[in-house]
Amino acid sequence: MADGKDDRNDLDTNGGVSRRGFLGSVVPAAVGVAVAREALSAPAAAPAVAELPAGEPAKLTLVVNGRTHKVLVEPRDTLLSVLREKLGLTGTKPGCERGECGACTVLIDGVARYSCLTLALEADGKKVTTVEGLMEGEELGPVQKAFVEEDAFQCGYCTPGQVMAAEGLLRENPEPGLDEIRHGMSGNLCRCGAYAHIFKAVDKAARFRKER
Amino acid sequence: MPVDLDYLSPSAVDDAVALRASRPSAAFLLGGTDLLPQMRSGRRSPETLIDLKRIPELHEIRENEDGGLSVGAAVPLADVETHPVVLSRFPLLAECSKTVGAWPLRQRATLAGNVCNASPAADTAVALLALDAVVNVASTTGRLAMAISELFLGPGQTALMAGDLVTEIVLPGAAAGFRGSYQRLSRRKGMDLATVGVLVGKRDGAPASWRVALAAVAPTPLRVAAAEELLAAKGASAAREAAELAVAACRPITDLRGSAEYRREMVGVLVRRGVESLG
Repeated sequence: MADGKDDRNDLDTNGGVSRRGFLGSVVPAAVGVAVAREALSAPAAAPAVAELPAGEPAKLTLVVNGRTHKVLVEPRDTLLSVLREKLGLTGTKPGCERGECGACTVLIDGVARYSCLTLALEADGKKVTTVEGLMEGEELGPVQKAFVEEDAFQCGYCTPGQVMAAEGLLRENPEPGLDEIRHGMSGNLCRCGAYAHIFKAVDKAARFRKER
Repeated sequence: MPVDLDYLSPSAVDDAVALRASRPSAAFLLGGTDLLPQMRSGRRSPETLIDLKRIPELHEIRENEDGGLSVGAAVPLADVETHPVVLSRFPLLAECSKTVGAWPLRQRATLAGNVCNASPAADTAVALLALDAVVNVASTTGRLAMAISELFLGPGQTALMAGDLVTEIVLPGAAAGFRGSYQRLSRRKGMDLATVGVLVGKRDGAPASWRVALAAVAPTPLRVAAAEELLAAKGASAAREAAELAVAACRPITDLRGSAEYRREMVGVLVRRGVESLG
């Protein structure tokens, strides 16, 4: 999001323009501006902020798996809900939706993150990678392939999150030891208890990536 | 989550404070690991979120001239616990930080957020208390510094006024060099709040200095000055007496994680073990 410092001069600091009317004319999320009349009553000068009007959708640019998407979101939308419901990328799973289970793990700028605890607006302009983005054409990527070969799941619901956590770990540390694997995967729960196989799969994925 | 929600992301601290002052039902957003689940469950329903993560100043982690460290409010715990200065001079903070949630959560959750949430079980608060940390605050009336020992008032209660913004947490150089352990009991090893947390730290010298601090056994994280003074005077051979002083200082409750009796007993055991391991 632009920080909008240069837009301050454009503002009607007397509040002569209605907030909605004004915002309607400036493309809310992409151009960060300070407008709220409420804010102008504050002691300090009009703050430079990115403002989004309540209940109105904001334009958001997300780069997901290398493709740029422009979507309309509401401030309350999480990245998880936008990926699944607006972009149709249902590989990312909702689980606890409070940052405990890891089913919703995606990469944001290459780092494993819980998408349920990330507002979509916070990811504006960032590079998001989901499990769909690990495919190499019609072939499975190395982490996915290792999970299949090591039988690293039973029901499979947590698997996309596990795979993304593993991908994030291996990007940061291409040759992790067992303790580092356990640490890197510690934010992803598996109700079926496939942990032993998951750890083996991460180890194998590291080798697959190296051989590439 | 409420249907009507404003999202603001100011780029300067003063702007954030001014915005907050103008919106009584606003909340500051950092990692959101407490706030967003609380909003989803309806425990909190702010009408505005003021996201502080676009403020460059809050992302700084800075070495100070006194050998201390200033940690900006938006610095995630993952960066705190892997920072070379933390590992070399304030290792107890890294020990405590590592027990919060899991690694991906700590890439999002912040030290300032863990402190402001003011959970009696806040693991990092125990280290900050033991290390005499200072909390720098921005408010509409100016900036101020608050000793962390004055911050915690009760579960979820701090001495911060509505609208106060914690900008950074300062570890004073004078508190560098304490080593020891943070022993933590919980129902499962990861992703659970502490049932009991016990920090014991020691810094060699003549005489050695000691730190004893407790989590989840009182309405606030607790430091046991009497035990620290006793250990400074008598050394590790006074482990049992120090443990008794810690037991006397704690005021645990019974909840789903454990009974008051269990917690009190464990405080004694863990303080004794922590001291003996440094003897």
